[in-house]
Order: sequence, then C-alpha cells, then structure tokens
Amino acid sequence: MSSSQKTQPKALSSLFPDGFDVRAILLRGRAFFALIAIIIVFSSLSPNYFTVNNLLQMSAHVAVFAILAIGMLMVILNGGIDLSVGSTVGLSGVVAGWMMQGVSIPALGIELFPSVWVVVVVALATGAFVGLINGILISRFKVAPFVATLGMLYVVRGAALLITGGLTYPDLQGQDALGNTGFNHLGFDRIFGIPTGVIVMIVLAIIASGVLNRTVFGRWVYASGGNERAAELSGIPVKKVKIRVYVLSGVCAAIAGVVIASELTSANPTAGNTFELTAIAAVVIGGASLMGGKGTVRGTLLGAFVIGFLSDGLVIIGISEYWQMIFKGAVIVLAVLLNAVQYTARKAPAAAPLPAPPTTSSSPEVPTRVGA
Amino acid sequence: MSSDTAVLPDVVLGARAIVKRYGGVHALKGVNFDVMRGKVTTLFGENGAGKSTLMKILSGVETQTSGILTLDGEPVEFTSTVDARDRGISIIHQELSLAPNLSVRDNIFMGRELTNRSGVDFVAEEKEVRELMAGLEEKIEPKTLVSELRLGQQQIVEIARALSVNSRILIMDEPTSALSATEVEVLFKVIHDLTAAGVSIVYISHHLEEALQITDFAVVLRDGEIVAQSEASAIDLDWIVENMVGRNFSLGEPPAGYEFGDASLSIENVNVADPQVAGRLLVKNLSLDVKAGEIVCIYGLMGAGRTELLEAVAGRTAVSGGTVRLMGEDVAKLTIAERIGRGMGLVPEDRQRDGLVQTMSVGQNLSLASLSSFAKSSVLSKAGEQGLVETQIRNVRVKTSGPDAPIGSLSGGNQQKVVIGKMLSTSPKVILLDEPSRGIDVGAKAEVFGLLARLASEGLAVLYSTSEVGECLSIAHRIIVMNKGSIVATFGSDATKEQIMAASGEAVIA
Repeated sequence: MSSSQKTQPKALSSLFPDGFDVRAILLRGRAFFALIAIIIVFSSLSPNYFTVNNLLQMSAHVAVFAILAIGMLMVILNGGIDLSVGSTVGLSGVVAGWMMQGVSIPALGIELFPSVWVVVVVALATGAFVGLINGILISRFKVAPFVATLGMLYVVRGAALLITGGLTYPDLQGQDALGNTGFNHLGFDRIFGIPTGVIVMIVLAIIASGVLNRTVFGRWVYASGGNERAAELSGIPVKKVKIRVYVLSGVCAAIAGVVIASELTSANPTAGNTFELTAIAAVVIGGASLMGGKGTVRGTLLGAFVIGFLSDGLVIIGISEYWQMIFKGAVIVLAVLLNAVQYTARKAPAAAPLPAPPTTSSSPEVPTRVGA
Repeated sequence: MSSDTAVLPDVVLGARAIVKRYGGVHALKGVNFDVMRGKVTTLFGENGAGKSTLMKILSGVETQTSGILTLDGEPVEFTSTVDARDRGISIIHQELSLAPNLSVRDNIFMGRELTNRSGVDFVAEEKEVRELMAGLEEKIEPKTLVSELRLGQQQIVEIARALSVNSRILIMDEPTSALSATEVEVLFKVIHDLTAAGVSIVYISHHLEEALQITDFAVVLRDGEIVAQSEASAIDLDWIVENMVGRNFSLGEPPAGYEFGDASLSIENVNVADPQVAGRLLVKNLSLDVKAGEIVCIYGLMGAGRTELLEAVAGRTAVSGGTVRLMGEDVAKLTIAERIGRGMGLVPEDRQRDGLVQTMSVGQNLSLASLSSFAKSSVLSKAGEQGLVETQIRNVRVKTSGPDAPIGSLSGGNQQKVVIGKMLSTSPKVILLDEPSRGIDVGAKAEVFGLLARLASEGLAVLYSTSEVGECLSIAHRIIVMNKGSIVATFGSDATKEQIMAASGEAVIA
C-alpha cells in the first residue's frame, strides 16, 4: 500500500532533512498547486486572464459555487450528499423575485411590497425548509441521501417553475416609492470594487470554518460522519446533526440563489441547474472524503476556485464547449483518484486490522469472504 | 529448522513455524500444526488464542507473516481462497458468509456456477443441491432465499456449500454454533462418512465434549502457541480444559478493603427482543444489581445475550420489558446522551465499528463523549480540551506519540484504552464494558483490568462481559453466567474455571 510513498528518489529526499517528503507535500496541497498551475497556464495563453477585472469577475462566478460547496461540505462531512441544492438556488431566487414583484392579498384587496431584508429572510427560510425536509426524510425515515435529495431536486425545481409559470421575474431592483430598494446590494453591486457575492462567500467561509473547528456542533459533524455508530454511543444526537447539516446546506443554497437573482436583477426558475454537481466537485477537489469525516472549508474553497478558474479560463482562451466539458470531467476524476491515494497512504501505517481472531461476532474489517 | 518440523507421511496439510502479526499484535507465535489424512483433527483454545487466524491461513483467506505450509509434503503458498479451494481445501466460516439476498442454490454455486450452452445450468445445480440436502437430512428447497432461513439452516447451507466442492481437506470453524442437537448428530454422521472416504477434517468448537466425541486428534492452542497435542483416545475433558486455560497470566485480584455502596445500576426483569425474529427474546426476564464499587462479570458463549443486554442498558436498543434504573432513576425514556450525562456509558465490544472514529485523532476520540465539559455556549475551549485529553491519557496510560496522533497508529490495547478513557472522561458512576479485552494482548489486558479495579475502589460500578473464563476469575467480585438470554448461575470470586464453564453449557454434552 505505502510502497509508492517510500520509493521516492534518494536525491530528492536528501535535499530535505528530517524526512521532509516532497510528494506528501504536493499531495496534501494538490488543490492549491493545481490552482497556481491553472493561473500560470491561462495567464500565459491569454493576456486577458490575469487582470484585476477578470480575476474579480471569475471570483464572482466562483463565489456562487463556493457558497453552495460550503453547505455541501457540511453534508458530505456527515457522510451524506445533497443533490437538491441546484434546485433550491432556483426556488429561493424565485421566492425572492416573487416578493419583490409585490405580494397581493386578494382577500384584503391590498398588495404588499416587503422590504429587502424580509425578502432575504423568507428566501433563506425557503432554503432551510427544503433542507429540513431532506433531513427528516434521511434521518427519520432512513431514505438514502442520494435518493431523498434526488427526489427533492425534481420537487423543488417543479415548485419554482410552478410559482412563475415558467417565466422569469425581471427588474428586481425595487422602487424608492415602495420602500423595497436595495436588492441590488446583494450581488449586483460591488463594495470597494469587490462583487458582493465574493464578500458573502468570505464571510460564510469564516463562519463555517469557525463552526466546524471550534464548536461542539462541528465536532459532532466530523464524528458522526467518521463513524456514526461510535458517535451515537458517545452520546452525540446523530439524527439531529443530520437534519441540521441538510438545513445548513439548504440555507447556503438559498444564499447563492439570492446572490444570483441580485446579480442578474431577475429571478429565473431554472437558475442553478446542475449546480449541485459543481458543488460536489468542488468539495471533492478540495480533498474531502465522500465517505464522510474528512474535509475542510479551506480545501473546499480551493476546490471551487480550481473549478471556476479552469472553466472561465477555457472560455477565455476560446476552447470549444465540448472540450471544456472533457477537461472539467478529467479534473474531477483526477481529484478523486488523488483523494484515494492520499487516504490509503495515510491509512497505511495504521493498517492494523482488528487484531481479534474472534470467536464472537464478525468484524467489519475482515470482509466476509466466500470461502467455498 | 529443528527436528520437530519434520513432516510425517500421513500429514496431508502441515503448518510449520507459522507466525502472524496484525500491527502490534502477535496472533500466532510460530505454530506447527498437522492435519492428518482422513482423520478429524480438532483445535481447542480460548477466544483470542489464534484458532481462527490459523484456519484463515490454512484456507488462503490470510497470508502468514512468516513460516511455511506444506501440502502432501510439498511447500505451498495460497494466493486466495479460490486457489486453496482449487487445491482441495475449503472452509466453513464461523461467521456465515452467505449472501442473504440470493437463493440457497445461488449461494452454494456462487463463483463456480454450472453452465451449459444457454448459460447457467439451473436444473443441474438444483439437482445437486437436493442431493446435498438429502445427505444432510434437511428439507431446504434450492430456490429458497437464504434470508428466509433460520440461522441453523443457514449454517447447513454453509456446510452444504463446503461439501459441494468435494474437498480433500475441510475446515470447520464452529460449524455447530447455531445447530440443534439433531442437526449436530446428522453433521457428525456426515463427518464420519467423509473421513471414511478419505477426507481430512479440521474442526473447531467451543462445545468441548461435543468436539471430543468426533475428534481423532486434539491440539490445544493458547496465546498463539500450541501448548499440547494428543490422540483423542488418550485424553479427556479435564486435559483439554487444563491445557486451554493454563496457568494464566495474573489479571489482578478483586479490589478489597471497602464496603460497596447502594445499587448504582438495577436491572429488573429486562427482556430484549430479537430485531430479526418476531417473538424471540435475546435477553429473557433478566434481573441484576451492580453496587457502587462492585465489579460484576458476565460470562457466556457467543449468542448468550451479553452484548444485547449491555446495549439495551446503555440505550442503543430498546428493552421490550422490565426496567433499568440508574442511581434509582428509571432510564427508559432517556437517550444515550442523557444516560451518559447521568453517569452511565458503554464501552462497546467492537471498538473499530462502535468505539472509535477512525478519521479523528487520539485526543478527539478521547474527548468525544464529554465535549460539553469544555465548551462555553457550544464553543470549544482548546485549552480545556487539551487539559482533559492529557489528564485522560495519563489516567488510562495510553502509549501514544501525542494527542494529535491518528487513532489508527495505536496498538489494539491502546485503542481500547482510548475507548475506555473516552467514557471515563464523562465521570461515570456505572461503566459497562462489552468484552473489554477482545483483541488486545495480555499485558494490555492486565493494565485494563488494573484500571477497572482502581476505579471500582473509588466507587465506580463496573459491569463487564467476557467469553474467556480466566478473565472472570480476575477482578470480578461476582460472576454471572448467561446462557440463551438468562442468568444460569452466579458465583463469587472463589469460583473455579470448571464450574463456570459447566454452567455456561460449554462443557456439557449437547
């Protein structure tokens, strides 16, 4: 298992004392080095790539995926998957757009124009609600996460299309007279030249990192993703944790939905289509394990940047759309391969299987073999 | 090589100086084992003695760390179970290795389906299954799903599968654990027929007398070494028991010199239902008190209901009747977390599956059950965690390079100390330990028991289970023997191994 790790060239390792392992460093920092490589390659191919304006533009694209990916990371750390986030992006944007257009209550004969913060709160609550349903389906009714969230992918997208009748809500900037301006601040505008989405992403990343590393809840997420049975016996409310990570993922998706609706000043019910896959890819490229228990916010952000900077770079140098897909796909597969290499390498010294030649129950480490 | 490594002509399969290590654990320490042609050779030994490990090596499931195997006098290496099977060796595993979603027929022919021009020849397969079942005197239809069979019938299917390959050497690892007395009789008849036809059998069983009935040669394994072997005609049950348990490494004495407190844990008429079979009880109407400062040991064979009892008390599963009181309070409605909060935690039997989070460090595993003790409004205090972890590492004496070391870098014994330390961090009043010595070496065992004895003298109520008699007679003040879900005997610390084994049904003719 570990032989590939140990056969590094002597000349290389002798450069670094104390067993400083170049391969291990490269392997661990692979998302970071990949990002540097992407920036260098595209900068040399196109003069327009490495400019402040383009970097900001690309970062705005990245921000949406990164926000989704942070929510997805929570779910994946817990050992699940959330396929409904792309649809939630669409639904929360539509809910926001619908409220910005004015909510008419025929019974009272009035039309309400809620202020922007109310709109945002309701949109986020929509995302939380979708997450809650996911979480309940998965933790209480034991539906496999893949299936539960796949179903919600359709249901939520359908709901978004139903609300608008398939149309787009345009012109969401609001009117002074109605007291509902300010929606543009959430994504369309820039603060000190930085797109709002990027700032939202940074704030979210800091919060998520704090939650995961510094709080009891964060520890619960890692523990129940690493070994749910052990976590449960340690007194961790694994079901509650599960519901909460899906709620958080739904909220993150709703934040992304609001940011997109603001960026475009319109709410399209098909917004966010297939974004769940990009978010999963970002988390995986960032080194998280789909088995749960392993992964960081920093890695996930890097993963989102790798995928975003790569896609935009391919567009900028004018490569055909078909090749873009092939490149992106190849990067994802490579990332998963490297994850496998890293996790096996890490396990190698610890490869002491359950050292019990037991006469009692079967042990999971010794896969039951078909003997005869 | 010394002279005792010479291979006799009537030895069909020989193991010479076999060593097997799992990480830091030395499961086999240079074992010489001979399988006699056309005879039944029985391997005796306690749990953890290395019996199953040796059988896995003989059947190609695992490869030895060092040493050689000989087949008909020629050195041989098995690359896989299929390789071993092709050379005429097959094994009936003690854990059933059937696919429950497939039929009896498909299980028996799994991986070596009979084919004709149109694909799998189901007719021929079913015919053969019927013949096998007739030989075993069982009415099991080829197309029945394995999941629909009861455990004993599943074991029959497992046996039928091993028979169907017409092996020269058949290894049977606890083949009778789920069989009824009549089924055992039929199996023994089949074994006689096989040996008469020249097939060599390796037999392992916890039912000593039962095994003594059919065996030709007896070999006793203890702590990874062969300690005795003889022809069956020359030995009796006492000889086996004596050699199996040996003069044990001292695992301590029951702590003395203090009075027990009130009952910390009261189990009253508790039933635990079998989740798989409706109406069947795994624990039947069981009552037991453990007082503060008292150490109680539950001894029993596999399937006696020890794990089910402890898991139900800890809150992992529900009791289907009766009450469990912790410090006088009924815990029926409490979650696992609340039971831990009130002072009762379980150290589970399978630490890899239920005890440790492998993706976390030693320190994170140690602190997992007591996060709230060093968190302020749910934000963790790094200093608080470090303090707790370091105290606990010293308390349970974990040998580790530091709190940040990956949990997988520790030896089995130290991993077990981490699981125990995790529960001790919650300041328990009652600690439940399910086979705390499973898969750890004898030195670590002594340390674990020493720790439990010390904690008990400080007022902790300790309830642990074991399937090794020697461990009952170490620190326990009271020994409870369980059999088929009920308490069948209670002993003080002055009991003998023979008494305990007899009470458990181990040394009683089936």
